[in-house]
Amino acid sequence: MHPAYHLQLINLLAALLLLISFAMLAQRRVAGLITLFAWQGTALAASTALVAWSTGQHHLYYSAAITLTLKVIAMPWYFYRIVKKLDVNRVVEPMINIPTTMLIGIVLVIFSFNLALPISEMSGTVMRSTLGIALATVLLAFLMMITRTKAIPQVIGFLAMENGLFFAATSATYGMPLVVELGVALDVLVAVFVLGIFIFQIRETFDSLDLKHMEKLKER
Amino acid sequence: MEIYWLLGIPLTGSIFLGLWGSRRHAPEINAAFGLLTLLAAAFLTFRIIDQGPMIVGAGWFFIDSFNVFLVTLTAFVAFTTALFSRPYMRIEAEHGKLNTQRLRLYHSSYQIFIGAMLLALTTNNMGILWVAMEAATLATVLLVSLYRTPASLEAAWKYFILCGVGIALALFGTILLYFAAEKILGSGGTALLWTHLNDVKAQLEPTVMQLAFVFLLVGYGTKIGLAPLHSWLPDAHAEGPTPVSAVLSGLLLNVALYAVIRSKVLVDGALGNNMAGSLMMGFGLLSVVLATLLIRRQTDVKRMFAYSSIEHMGLITFAFGMGGAVANFAALLHMTLHSLTKSAIFFTVGHATQKTGTQLMTDIRGLIKTNPTLGWGLMLGTVAILGMPPFGVFASEFLIITTAMHEQPWATPLLLLALGVAFASIFGKVQPMVFGETELPKLPYQPALTPVFLHLGLVLMLGLYIPPYLAVWYRQAAQLLGG
Repeated sequence: MHPAYHLQLINLLAALLLLISFAMLAQRRVAGLITLFAWQGTALAASTALVAWSTGQHHLYYSAAITLTLKVIAMPWYFYRIVKKLDVNRVVEPMINIPTTMLIGIVLVIFSFNLALPISEMSGTVMRSTLGIALATVLLAFLMMITRTKAIPQVIGFLAMENGLFFAATSATYGMPLVVELGVALDVLVAVFVLGIFIFQIRETFDSLDLKHMEKLKER
Repeated sequence: MEIYWLLGIPLTGSIFLGLWGSRRHAPEINAAFGLLTLLAAAFLTFRIIDQGPMIVGAGWFFIDSFNVFLVTLTAFVAFTTALFSRPYMRIEAEHGKLNTQRLRLYHSSYQIFIGAMLLALTTNNMGILWVAMEAATLATVLLVSLYRTPASLEAAWKYFILCGVGIALALFGTILLYFAAEKILGSGGTALLWTHLNDVKAQLEPTVMQLAFVFLLVGYGTKIGLAPLHSWLPDAHAEGPTPVSAVLSGLLLNVALYAVIRSKVLVDGALGNNMAGSLMMGFGLLSVVLATLLIRRQTDVKRMFAYSSIEHMGLITFAFGMGGAVANFAALLHMTLHSLTKSAIFFTVGHATQKTGTQLMTDIRGLIKTNPTLGWGLMLGTVAILGMPPFGVFASEFLIITTAMHEQPWATPLLLLALGVAFASIFGKVQPMVFGETELPKLPYQPALTPVFLHLGLVLMLGLYIPPYLAVWYRQAAQLLGG
């Protein structure tokens, strides 16, 4: 393939990643959110594999494979199962209404591009221009965690943030050393596992997954 | 060699207790693994004193005087806490707060937690440091919610989400650090090794390092409990089982601070100015002031001492931020003393709350009448943490304040005022708890007070006399940090 093509393809996937982040902000249903999360993982895995292929950085193939197994297959499946079992797939209104959230999101994207500009100028990778997108994905996921009051959307926000960080690592430096990447993947896996247990505990105790019940511990 | 024992023992312990942790003697086995870890740590320490800093395992582990003292401290407090938790958790189970399944989870996670902290302290790789910190968090999330009360679930959720976000920011900082390092050291596993980075720190790109440090400080700072990202800390400390509060407060906060200090050394080298120090002073001072203001309003005894931990971690961060030989020395000393004293206080508080069945301070009264040793333990612990001579905390706080007068005179009145307010509020609340009137009967069992008096004895000793080898050790560590 001509080098310009795969570069454009990577940029396209990066744009897709950002688009999915916005779609997540607007999604009201939990099941829809999980699907979007799986698509985000797919875009991430595809772009990582593409970078691996075009630059010959073979360890990135492992990284792409880990993303594919964990974030596209295992985790969404696990979340679907929880949603089905607990029957929580209802429309949920975020704390701030969706148009406002979108506007805040746009401001965050501009901020990220500004912050990433000096760094991406220094980077020598083929996809340095996407660092801003990576940072934007992280911040948008952060925004989603703030505006949602339900347990599962918050967890998905947390994982979307992890996606953004992986993308940042790939675009700035062709990924972290493999040992570190494996360690991070292991931590994320354990985190999801712990959260699964946790979600059942919350449900058992509060009879709901709405975190509004969990606002007792405050400084008065 | 010792390093593999040090990390292998807790790992074996967690697997063993995960399988057999519901047996009758599990608490004793837990303590035995703690003792073995402590022995491994002691051997490692002797080796370092004897031979100086060393790199082990093809560069994967790096031990110098700075982290070896934290390793010993961690192993020691982990062991004494296991001793304390032996009778304590048995009684909690008898009160029906726990079943055998949860006890198994508790023992197994406890060992993973200790192992993860030791890995974080000894690893040479800044990426693995991050992985170990996250593992330590995950191991304690389910411990905080061990009682499954609504409040404990809320605390654990908050702990998970806030620390998760914090640690994600730290990961971004680590990525930036790798980005800066890769230019000089080339890509691959060695570019994140702290010793390699330390050798080339003057060549690292300043703008990237600056940004990396901001992310690392905010990320790990969440874990230290620095304001304004501290809000998980009092909840997690108050709602979790007391042994967990003791190790969170005494050990985990130290380990998170350790990560920040390691990064600071690199950033200072790259920038050549005191940007990192100023940021740390700012966050530290804010934490001290905010925590002391909130201490006054607390009604729950564990929450109050949790805020006191924020105050002390803020003070230590401030001291490291000032830098220089004396401030670093004082900060290291204060780290040791805070960890010993605060865990001792949590041990006594644990028994006191078990006795009254509540954590409300207004309901805990007259400990000295019914259980004199418990009462004295709490009183002496409180006096020690408030910085009264002859306890060691006085010496380290004195050193920090006098250095601040020289270097950052603007901060001194704030610090003094904060320490004064903390003194008045904590002492005023603990005094009736110890000396007031009570009708409650004494504890029907023997409280585990050996660890308490062991810790307080050490704190007293460090106030009166620092053994020469220990002083040399602290001084070496202080120099390593650029004193």
